[in-house]
Amino acid sequence: MLQPNEAPVLEVDDIDVEFLTSTGVARVLNKVSFSLQKGKTLGIVGESGSGKSMTALAIMGLVPQPPGRVVGGRILLDGEDLLCASVDRVRQMRGDDISMIFQEPMTSLNPVFTVGEQIAEVFRYHRKTNKIEAMEQAVEMLRAVGISNPNKRSKNYPHELSGGMRQRVMIAMALSCNPKVLIADEPTTALDVTVQAQIFDLIEDLQKETETTVILITHDMGVIAEMAHRVAVMYAGRIVEEGSVDQILSAPSHPYTVGLIGCVPQLDLDPTEERPPLVEIRGIVPSLIELGVGCAFAPRCDHAIDKCRTAIPPYFEVGSNHRSACWLLETGDRNDD
Amino acid sequence: MTNHVSENSPKPVSIGQDAWKVFRRNKAASAGLVVLTTILLISALGPTLYGVDAYSMVAAPFIPPGTDSTVILGTDFLGRDIAAGLIVGGQATLLVGSAAALVTVIIGVLVGATAGFYGGNVDEVLMRFTEFFQVLPALLFAMVLIALFSPSLLTVTFAIGVVAWPQTARLTRAEFMKIKQLEYVTAARSIASTDRRIMWMVILPNALPPLIVSATLVVGVAILFEAGLSFLGLGDPNVMSWGLMIGANRPYILDAWWTVTFPGISIFLTVLSVSLIGDGLNDAFNPKLRER
Repeated sequence: MLQPNEAPVLEVDDIDVEFLTSTGVARVLNKVSFSLQKGKTLGIVGESGSGKSMTALAIMGLVPQPPGRVVGGRILLDGEDLLCASVDRVRQMRGDDISMIFQEPMTSLNPVFTVGEQIAEVFRYHRKTNKIEAMEQAVEMLRAVGISNPNKRSKNYPHELSGGMRQRVMIAMALSCNPKVLIADEPTTALDVTVQAQIFDLIEDLQKETETTVILITHDMGVIAEMAHRVAVMYAGRIVEEGSVDQILSAPSHPYTVGLIGCVPQLDLDPTEERPPLVEIRGIVPSLIELGVGCAFAPRCDHAIDKCRTAIPPYFEVGSNHRSACWLLETGDRNDD
Repeated sequence: MTNHVSENSPKPVSIGQDAWKVFRRNKAASAGLVVLTTILLISALGPTLYGVDAYSMVAAPFIPPGTDSTVILGTDFLGRDIAAGLIVGGQATLLVGSAAALVTVIIGVLVGATAGFYGGNVDEVLMRFTEFFQVLPALLFAMVLIALFSPSLLTVTFAIGVVAWPQTARLTRAEFMKIKQLEYVTAARSIASTDRRIMWMVILPNALPPLIVSATLVVGVAILFEAGLSFLGLGDPNVMSWGLMIGANRPYILDAWWTVTFPGISIFLTVLSVSLIGDGLNDAFNPKLRER
């Protein structure tokens, strides 16, 4: 599945992002690294506040600053460092080479313009297309994302469309310039389950057509299983485990990943038999300001050993292209019961 | 679900059409619109239709209204036709009022938008600057400005604009601060927009409703300002306006009530109708009052 000889489209290298707050400095991203091949999908999972969305914003160059600040690292898109590029260059790449779908289709569209105008705007800005042609292309995009009667729909205002349609419009906007990388930040959280499936099918189809690389941010392991090729599990601003989707789902090595998978109800079990209770991860995500010296997950971890509380675990290779930051993997004396 | 949009779903209605419906439901605002339109029509067409020179003496001074059919509303202390004065004077009053409101809105929106959008030090500096203008007594400041330059329609307009903008700036700033953190602004950034585009193409259109409402109120304030300045003799002395009529006839107020009453009523009606329209617009832009 992964061809190591192929140069990655996107390479994120040791990204650090800090937020200055009134109570101190919060390190919201801590040495986040991953790379992605063309046409592949990386799923980023984690609880709220684990840094998933911030990773997306950092790649887009949209970290709100102040109070945020990208402290270090590199983000290479086809070898070009986005963090060193000029403001104009980044602006030019946004929406063209790299684009994003947001969580809330209800609030991500400008309420005072028709959806057609908003998609046309992308063409006018990036392709310098004239007004009429841009509108025609916008209608084509609406057709491509499966909106029926696109000509008429293009003249609708966002509030006249359903949530699913609005998300399709967002996808149309994000894909209008054939980006190399598409970031989808929980694109279906605000939608019905049935619509959710349609949206994912749509993203997958379009991805196959255009060979776009996708970063899919979600907290839903089911979605990951269906969509992703590779998975990065984030906790408290750090990637705690990264591997292929098979490795992560069938052989998770970090207790947090195990917990996340355990949280998903299993529908395929026989309903007549007694089913195992859902496992919860006790406790809450720690405050990023008061992170201690040890592993951030240690206070919530059932397997934590003394070392976990005194030193931050490095990454251990647990398989080919599968790494995990957990001290238990050092000695291999982990008990899984 | 997306593919099941029926062909006969309601025709897309623009926000403008909806707003117009709500506006018409507000009876007072509709009345205001009718009155203001009438006043505008009279000022625009009146001089050609009425044909009496407002500046020349056409009859004996102090003819009370209703006694001479050639001068229905009477004459002032010089024997000038009050009705003609009202018609011509309306032009200056309305012109200065709306032009000053325009100046106010332009300065206010530019300052407020920049401060609200960029925040931080830019905001600090601009807001201190705004406060400097805000703490000066407006009428006094306008008088000083006009006294510095000679009174003319242009300087009066400019003076009113310069003293009235801080409120608009504050309102614009607040709107920009609120809207700039909404998701569609981030989304707009994610498809590449320059700061300028975000400010004027994304945030401003969404901030317009309260700004339009406040702009209509500014028109009312500006008209009152113009009348006040003219009354004090600081308006353009060569151009007939309602304020000038009241000011000039002030000494005879007890003997010839009609010389000041009619211009006064005109000002009152204009400002009232403008306020009512502002009120109606406020309703019209309120999405909660909008129904299908």
